[in-house]
Amino acid sequence: MHKAWVQGIMSHTIVLGVIGADVHAVGNKILHYAYTQAGFFVVNLGVMVSQEEFVQAAIESGARAIVVSSLYGHGEIDCRGLRDKCIEAGLENIKLYAGGNLVVGKTDFKEVEDKFIAMGFDRVYPPGTDPKTSIDDINKDLNS
Amino acid sequence: MKPILCIDFGSTYTKVVGIDVDEPKILGRTQSFTTVKEDINIGLEKAIGKLANITGISEWPVRFACSSAAGGLKMIAIGLVPQLTMEAAKRAALSAGAKILKTYSYELNEAELDEIAKLKPDIILFTGGIDGGNQKVVLHNAQQLTQCKVRCPLVFAGNKAVSDQVAKILRASEWKVYVANNVMPTLNELSIDSARALIRDIFLEHIVVAKGLSKVQNTIDNILMPTPSAVLLAAELLSKGHIGAKGIGELIIVDVGGATTDVHSVADGHPTQSNVLIKGLSDLKIKRTVEGDLGARYSLPSLVEVVGIEAIAATIPTSVEVINQILKDLEAHPESFVSEPGLLKTLDDVAAEIAVKESVTRHAGMLEVHYTPFGTVYQQTGKDLSQVSHVIGTGGPLIYHHNVRSALKAAQFDPKNPFSLKPLSPNYYIDKQYILAAMGLLSIKYPKQALALLKSAITEV
Repeated sequence: MHKAWVQGIMSHTIVLGVIGADVHAVGNKILHYAYTQAGFFVVNLGVMVSQEEFVQAAIESGARAIVVSSLYGHGEIDCRGLRDKCIEAGLENIKLYAGGNLVVGKTDFKEVEDKFIAMGFDRVYPPGTDPKTSIDDINKDLNS
Repeated sequence: MKPILCIDFGSTYTKVVGIDVDEPKILGRTQSFTTVKEDINIGLEKAIGKLANITGISEWPVRFACSSAAGGLKMIAIGLVPQLTMEAAKRAALSAGAKILKTYSYELNEAELDEIAKLKPDIILFTGGIDGGNQKVVLHNAQQLTQCKVRCPLVFAGNKAVSDQVAKILRASEWKVYVANNVMPTLNELSIDSARALIRDIFLEHIVVAKGLSKVQNTIDNILMPTPSAVLLAAELLSKGHIGAKGIGELIIVDVGGATTDVHSVADGHPTQSNVLIKGLSDLKIKRTVEGDLGARYSLPSLVEVVGIEAIAATIPTSVEVINQILKDLEAHPESFVSEPGLLKTLDDVAAEIAVKESVTRHAGMLEVHYTPFGTVYQQTGKDLSQVSHVIGTGGPLIYHHNVRSALKAAQFDPKNPFSLKPLSPNYYIDKQYILAAMGLLSIKYPKQALALLKSAITEV
């Protein structure tokens, strides 16, 4: 049973996964561990997750946030349209987070962030971000 | 000698198999028309009378029965997301031996409620949300169901966080509600045992009575289960064996009927190649699928549509007009049956082969290729049946097929469709005496004898 339930605390349900044709599993495991320790109820879809799977999992689990990670540099293509799909599926208010090595090459992170915000993501994280940063943000966003 | 009678009340025929469990040996098998409208005992007594002519036995003190008469166990499955809880509900109902009338997803609307009332299901399986997940849609659907014009037993097997609330809402409007464990407690995990057990209990308690089958209850120990459940039991026993007697290993049973084609597989279905990731809803080791559009009689028009009438005409070979005429004739007289060679017989044979091919392709898992920056990765959905070594055929159109091996070979891996995970090089068998359901029934009390009889009755072709 989930830790937060055992403790009798209502926790936040979040959907986690590595998007697209990306098979990098290590970061996903670390985030799963960190988020669970932080008391979140994590629905982890693992690697190679399509946008549709993120949306379906969020509906079925009643999640209020989707955390998308990507390492192989195709994140921009893979993430485009996810917000639209959420709106279409009735998840207008769901929070979207993206992090990792989202684009190929050395691009200024500000540029990447702007691009993802424009695509409908609520927060974007550069490579090497401490999981705690996103945990604090999720808590702040979902408690407000 | 210890004689036992196994009865299968089918929609058309009541089939009886006499067994001596001491030896063990099949004493005889006969059938007569099912008489569910008047008194189901009439047909049963006729079949038993015919059996007496073969076996010389007219008293059968021990009787087991299964039934698919009066439309079988008709169910409706309601879920949330079509690929997730709705699919989980569908699989749970199928593995309980049900015939699925219709499935519904997301919020139920009024037109759908009317449709449910018209369909008159025997049982509704209502799911939605993983445990701790979606409540909104589930509670909405519970409220909607209170407005439905029909009442029948309802199993709720959705989000446990709202199961009490759902039961309360529905009971307040006179639904008979049974609460089971969630069919999908966590994402993509299938957990059907609890729901299946409840469905079976309801079948015994209510459905048998409601369908006028209770008249035989006095003469029979009990109508134990829907017929497909009995076939599933036989499949499991034959595959896994019983204490001290080995089973034959992983297998597929294809049952081609007049209206539907059932496929049962007993196989873990795990990937057999490297670089394969499993995707989507987990699968059951013992899985049943039913194809309502594939059958040799009532569903012949839809079967013809699946492959195209021109393709069928070319295979036989004859003209499209002739096929159209046969389809029309059969629609008026679906019971027509011929065993002599001729156009109709050839069409029967072709239809059976198509039913095998299509139904096993739909039952088996699929691979999808992804070319990633790190090489080729395969994603598998469903079961990998490539290493399954036994394909068993049953049902009239296969049993009376003029070349059953060639028909069953349609279940084999097809190089033209390399991503369909069908058996690579299985052996083929036929249930010549049509006894799978009877052996499933027998296996409840006499598993050892049922296994021995199954092994000797299934013949390689």
